[in-house]
Amino acid sequence: MSHFKELFDTYDWDDTLKSIFDKTAVEVKNALAKEKLNLEDFKALMSPAAKPFLEQMAHKSQMLTKKRFGNTIQMYAPMYLSNECQNICTYCGFSMTNKIPRRTLTDAEILKEVAFLKEKGYDHILLVTGEANNSVGVAYFKNAIQLIRSQFSNITIEVQPLDQDEYELLIENGLYAVLVYQETYHRAAYKKHHPKGKKSNFDYRLDTPDRLGKAGIHKIGLGSLFGLEDWRADSFFTALHLKYLQKTYWKTKYSISFPRLRPHSGGLEPKVEMTDSDLVQLICAFRLLDEDLELSMSTRESEVFRNHIVNLGTTSISAESKTNPGGYTVAPQSLEQFEISDERSTDEVVQMLKNKGLEVVWKDWEHFR
Amino acid sequence: MNNTLKIADKEFTSRLFTGTGKFSSSKLMKEALLASESELITVALKRVDVANEEDDLLTHLNHSHITLLPNTSGVRTAKEAIFAAELSREALETNWVKLEIHPDPRYLLPDPIETLKAAEELVKLGFVVMPYIHADPVLCKRLEDVGVQCVMPLGAPIGSNKGLKTVDFLEIIIAQSNVPVIIDAGIGAPSHAAYAMELGADAVLVNTAIAVSQNPVAMAKAFKMAVEAGRMAYEAKLAPRSEMAIASSPLTSFLN
Repeated sequence: MSHFKELFDTYDWDDTLKSIFDKTAVEVKNALAKEKLNLEDFKALMSPAAKPFLEQMAHKSQMLTKKRFGNTIQMYAPMYLSNECQNICTYCGFSMTNKIPRRTLTDAEILKEVAFLKEKGYDHILLVTGEANNSVGVAYFKNAIQLIRSQFSNITIEVQPLDQDEYELLIENGLYAVLVYQETYHRAAYKKHHPKGKKSNFDYRLDTPDRLGKAGIHKIGLGSLFGLEDWRADSFFTALHLKYLQKTYWKTKYSISFPRLRPHSGGLEPKVEMTDSDLVQLICAFRLLDEDLELSMSTRESEVFRNHIVNLGTTSISAESKTNPGGYTVAPQSLEQFEISDERSTDEVVQMLKNKGLEVVWKDWEHFR
Repeated sequence: MNNTLKIADKEFTSRLFTGTGKFSSSKLMKEALLASESELITVALKRVDVANEEDDLLTHLNHSHITLLPNTSGVRTAKEAIFAAELSREALETNWVKLEIHPDPRYLLPDPIETLKAAEELVKLGFVVMPYIHADPVLCKRLEDVGVQCVMPLGAPIGSNKGLKTVDFLEIIIAQSNVPVIIDAGIGAPSHAAYAMELGADAVLVNTAIAVSQNPVAMAKAFKMAVEAGRMAYEAKLAPRSEMAIASSPLTSFLN
């Protein structure tokens, strides 16, 4: 099988959701007692039946994370390059319907933002854009990567899905990883939240990790945007996607992110609420499913939540992030994608990690070619 | 005092090799590694900022008794490994390299084919090559043939702390090898390390079990003692094991 779609189409959303809610305390206990978990165990750990076992899950998650990743946290910084976008996404500040002036950074502006982040200590960077294929397409990304690659050991992008040959070109030029979230695996809801633009094609987005795997990318980041549909079903499909990819593209590393809907300009209220307790449960469930998985936590989450989650399974975090192009130095007032929650400086976050006995890792990659 | 161990042109008093990952701070790493009395310490090149003379990790390892062993963790092919080794020779001024090629980022299992290719080339380029490999006795002989200075078979999946799961193969490797055998990966407790040394391993490499322990400094000392005890027992020759008591009327009494 070379496309996830073939596997995905054999599942039904409602049946899946029901099977999660049908899980019992006995199944949760069995999952907790096992060393190698499968997707049915994962369902049990995400289910309402697992709520009374949250403390136990947190202990096990912490232990497994320490064993695999040690007492460390990887730091990264997002850098928004553009907020131009031809998609309509109901939940996003960059949505085309949002009639606010747009900007795309020039080379000089990119370098100015880079200088700011280097001064803070960052060595792993995440480049983010909306989707504007004519002005911010593969040529723009290639140029940006070439421009900054001498200054960062590790470059990740979170941009519109591209074709396999385009990914190959960027990898050749120094790209390390790509984050591409399905947003929701619920087909009808996906259509509702992405009514217009190239992003409205559910299947093209679903196939993106396959194209990345075939292109030989080092790392793929997966996730769903929590708030659009039921988080448990979406997380099951994320895990199903993950397990398929791990078997098919075994040389690639995977990470999971856990974005919850945040307020933004022209915002959407979450349809399904995901509480802090739910998010902790989900993070622990992913860790118990897979002890090698990188779990990432952005500044979408609050100071208090992040202070605790760094000890429960998370392996990489950002700090002091801006979600608008030029947000660090060039154009602090430009349109942002969403409001961040944890507004502490990088130094403050680093100090918090040290106080918790965690070594901050800035550099953990080198392009040996 | 145990016999010293010679690899290439260097003699080691300590047969405990260590790693630098997963510690909660560089300061604690330094304290633990000093307590271990380890003389060969591996460091992932990808973690080091080679352009920075004040790199935090390297500054903490700057001691006269410590030989740095750069490793190629993160590479997926022989070609990338050779590039990494050359980079490290230039930046860290050492021709020693721990050759780790794991195309699989999950279990970090070594690729035997790429490792053999890279080892052959690196030996020709003048490197002291220490390859991290499966406990595969044939592969060990093939590596020996191309001129590696030691072999580093794994005891269990790296970071698993499960001990010597590959013991039957390790025993064959130890029996056959003409180069030092260093058991790398999977050693999770001092008793595992002592066992490896009793089997006749020339050294062990331990990282996770020390770094992730509640008290890394004490654990480092415990490993040092276990490795010394295991080696001493090996040199003193263990008494043979017997599964059954010898009967009082031996089967051969009719011969008298």
